[in-house]
Amino acid sequence: MPVNTDAIGKTYPAATYAVGREKVREYARAVGESNALHLDLEAARAAGYEDLVAPPMFAVVYSFPAVLPALFDPEVGIDFARLVHGGQEFEWDTLVVAGDEITTTVSVADVSERAGNGFFVHASESVNQRGELVSFARWSNIVRGV
Amino acid sequence: MQPGDEIQPLAVTPDKYLTVRYAGASGDFNPIHIDEEFARQVGLPGRILHGLYTMAQVARAQTQAGGGPQSLKRLSVQFRGMGLPEHELVVTGTVRSADDGVVVVDCSCEQDGKRIIRNAEAELRLPPES
Repeated sequence: MPVNTDAIGKTYPAATYAVGREKVREYARAVGESNALHLDLEAARAAGYEDLVAPPMFAVVYSFPAVLPALFDPEVGIDFARLVHGGQEFEWDTLVVAGDEITTTVSVADVSERAGNGFFVHASESVNQRGELVSFARWSNIVRGV
Repeated sequence: MQPGDEIQPLAVTPDKYLTVRYAGASGDFNPIHIDEEFARQVGLPGRILHGLYTMAQVARAQTQAGGGPQSLKRLSVQFRGMGLPEHELVVTGTVRSADDGVVVVDCSCEQDGKRIIRNAEAELRLPPES
């Protein structure tokens, strides 16, 4: 079955994620962060931040509510049984702190087929409540044997 | 940091229940990460690590080298092979270029002698004095 390249350029409704202080701590502990900026409120404030600083890879957490519906979009047609997460890229700008509200928009950046495998790239862009860019991401997935 | 310098390696052994804690923390509850029986049924050796957890270890090695979360401006990785709980992960990196405080690091993550993240590239922005 050929991949559907018509989906390239499709965009999805934005989703907003409210960053909670304990969620930042929970994530930081799960990935083994030891930097006090992610765990200790006084240390974060002493360093000039309003609240706990989210680790850069917390971008996964705040962008997931926007990215998941795009990955599951039947028009894109990803077969999850044969899905492999091939690659991932993030670019970071303004740091995210607890209390921020992060709005993420997602689009289909590319769909292609090579050697019988489907390649799907979604792009996401996240801004904070002041409209400042916080991160940009490319989510690359491979579906074997399309 | 100068071209050719190696960053401090990061070694971590995710414990047996790490994938459950990471699933909760990240919101990714794909059963291949948290259900041993399901993982075996779909042909995996058992529950596997989330790729984005392993990528977070690559990110940690960079922010430790760069002096904090504000230093990491970009990270791209390719996932190759799967990571397993209770096996050590080792992240290494070599500085490719350093110009005006912008440092590019080539990095990878190995487990049991296999590079499960390869061709990773990080861009760090360091204060002018460092």
